[in-house]
Amino acid sequence: MILSALTDLWHGFEVIFGPPYLWHFMPYYLVFTFLGVLIGNIVGVLPGMGVLATISILLPLTFGMKPVAAILMLAGVFYGAQYGGAICSILLNLPCHPPHAVTCLDGYPMTKQGRGGVALGITVIASFVGASWGIMEMTFLAPVLVQVALKFGPSEVCSLMLLGLLAGSTLARGSPIKGVAMTVFGLLLGIVGADIETGTPRFAFGLTELDDGVEIVALALGLFGIAEFMNTVNQTAPINTKYTNVKLRDMWPAKADFRRAFWPMWRGTWIGSLCALIPGTGPTIASFVSYAVEKKISRTPERFGHGAIEGVACPEASTHSSVQGDFIPTMSLGIPGDAVMALLLGALTIQGIVPGPQLISQHPDVFWGLVASFWVGNIMLVILNVPMIGIWVKLLTIPYRYLYPSALFFICIGVYSTNNDMFQVGETIAIGIFGYILLQLGFHPAPILLGFVLGPRFEENFRRAMLISRGDLLVFVERPISAFFVSLCVLLILAQIFVRLRTNGRSKVDEVIPRAAE
Amino acid sequence: MEPLRNLLTQKKDYYAGGLMTLIGVGSVLEARHYNVGTLFHMGPGFFPIILGVTMTCLGILIAGVAAMAPAVDDDQLIIPKPEWRAWACILAGPILFIFLGNLGGLIPATFACVFVSALGDRESTVKSALVLAVGVTVCGVALFSYLLQVSLPMWRWGAL
Repeated sequence: MILSALTDLWHGFEVIFGPPYLWHFMPYYLVFTFLGVLIGNIVGVLPGMGVLATISILLPLTFGMKPVAAILMLAGVFYGAQYGGAICSILLNLPCHPPHAVTCLDGYPMTKQGRGGVALGITVIASFVGASWGIMEMTFLAPVLVQVALKFGPSEVCSLMLLGLLAGSTLARGSPIKGVAMTVFGLLLGIVGADIETGTPRFAFGLTELDDGVEIVALALGLFGIAEFMNTVNQTAPINTKYTNVKLRDMWPAKADFRRAFWPMWRGTWIGSLCALIPGTGPTIASFVSYAVEKKISRTPERFGHGAIEGVACPEASTHSSVQGDFIPTMSLGIPGDAVMALLLGALTIQGIVPGPQLISQHPDVFWGLVASFWVGNIMLVILNVPMIGIWVKLLTIPYRYLYPSALFFICIGVYSTNNDMFQVGETIAIGIFGYILLQLGFHPAPILLGFVLGPRFEENFRRAMLISRGDLLVFVERPISAFFVSLCVLLILAQIFVRLRTNGRSKVDEVIPRAAE
Repeated sequence: MEPLRNLLTQKKDYYAGGLMTLIGVGSVLEARHYNVGTLFHMGPGFFPIILGVTMTCLGILIAGVAAMAPAVDDDQLIIPKPEWRAWACILAGPILFIFLGNLGGLIPATFACVFVSALGDRESTVKSALVLAVGVTVCGVALFSYLLQVSLPMWRWGAL
């Protein structure tokens, strides 16, 4: 088992480096990995730019590429942004990327004490450790998971999707009921277009442009581009550049710092890799949980919040191991854990690759090429982040008034080029306005994307399961694996009700993020 | 003004629940026209109706929970400072892109989109917006017209 995984990984390296006799030519896939992590790192550093918006802008550009190049570039943006996001949190105290909000709590005090460089240095080390663990987990665990998942029939797939959707919407930020409502809204949007079996146009309201369904790029850019800009414009705090003068030689942590951060780093890594396996708990939850655990078991909890290096190392390691581990359910089961993964699955589908347990065996190039690109990409990121720290720090000072108009242009041309049709741009504007209303009403729009991507496959499997069981709903609880997933769903709902009754419905992640933002 | 004020100081979750109920009822009403079928042989209308009913229940639940919970400060639907100018500019940018893209091509569309939306930020000046718009237009044309060969022509006159 281990041996076969290693051989496959070697195959992955062959895919991205090309066969040995071609090595003196340009390594095509390496260039796209580099582009992905570079763009990700830049976006992570820029305050006010989101990973989701960036991936959706790049998505139309990947239509003409080979599937491997497309997916490893888009994935590179995701984990590359995590490296950049930490810089923003530590030096500016701006939690522009939710997973790094917790890092502000101890990272910024360290910066104020003049130890910002050390915090960044330990972040890079912790990130690499976390990411490496996550990639190893993916290398060895995903093939095992696939073996189990290949035995699933439509009813199992259906109840697993239900679990994924429920977890994705209730464990994320904000009120769980609103999260579920957003997921259902996403499922409804996924229905728009011709029915797969009969071809009847549904929810198209006579617009022929809607017969192919809502365009995923338009949906993502409306929700995470236009709506987000309307929400953020003129609300950004002035950027405080007092502490951003970090040099390379400040970054190497002292021996004492390193010793202190060593075990928290590993504990963070393990917590992150566990969180990655539970659907719906992405990097944000992982970093929050690991920070809380570290504070609890520390002998000197009073140092936390005043520049404790453990408080930087632990959540950062856990974010990165969770980010890499997030790909496991996505690539091996076809169940995305959060909106970014949903978008990547959408990208795969556009390339004509059906996500699900058969992906690894049918497209080994895509899967193992991706895993190999993770190793290469993370090493690139370490190299990018250590010597070039001066450049990233300069990027922090770009004001928002230059960013969002440029981004709006990229959104327009990106959406236009999906179908060479201005209708899509109009669709994006309409979705953007609606998304802004949702934001104002206290909804978090990320689960919409989750429902939208899973919706068509959910309906298809539900219909097939009902056809096989002759319309007997009990099939979901009679088959043991399906019953297991259904009972997990019930448990999840009961736990949510219990927590709500005890804490009056406010999730702890929400409490920490505004506090860090102050 | 008084009734409007009263309306705005309601809990925002009433509106949130109301909106979700509206979407739910709307989808049920629309999906009624499709063939519903039975659980055994589902038609195209079956799944939308399930979702619509679920959505309606969720909407009622959101509003109901809000009615039970004690009021908290950030519950009310009062937008702190309405940013009318910023909103208008951000939306006008892409709208101008659609019209000018159809009428004049990529260059005028890009310029107008960036210039107008940049004016939405309070710290922007006409000069800074102009510089940004010229910069983005030059880079955008180089990237999209020459490098990526987007089908939108750089210039064209009038034809839709």
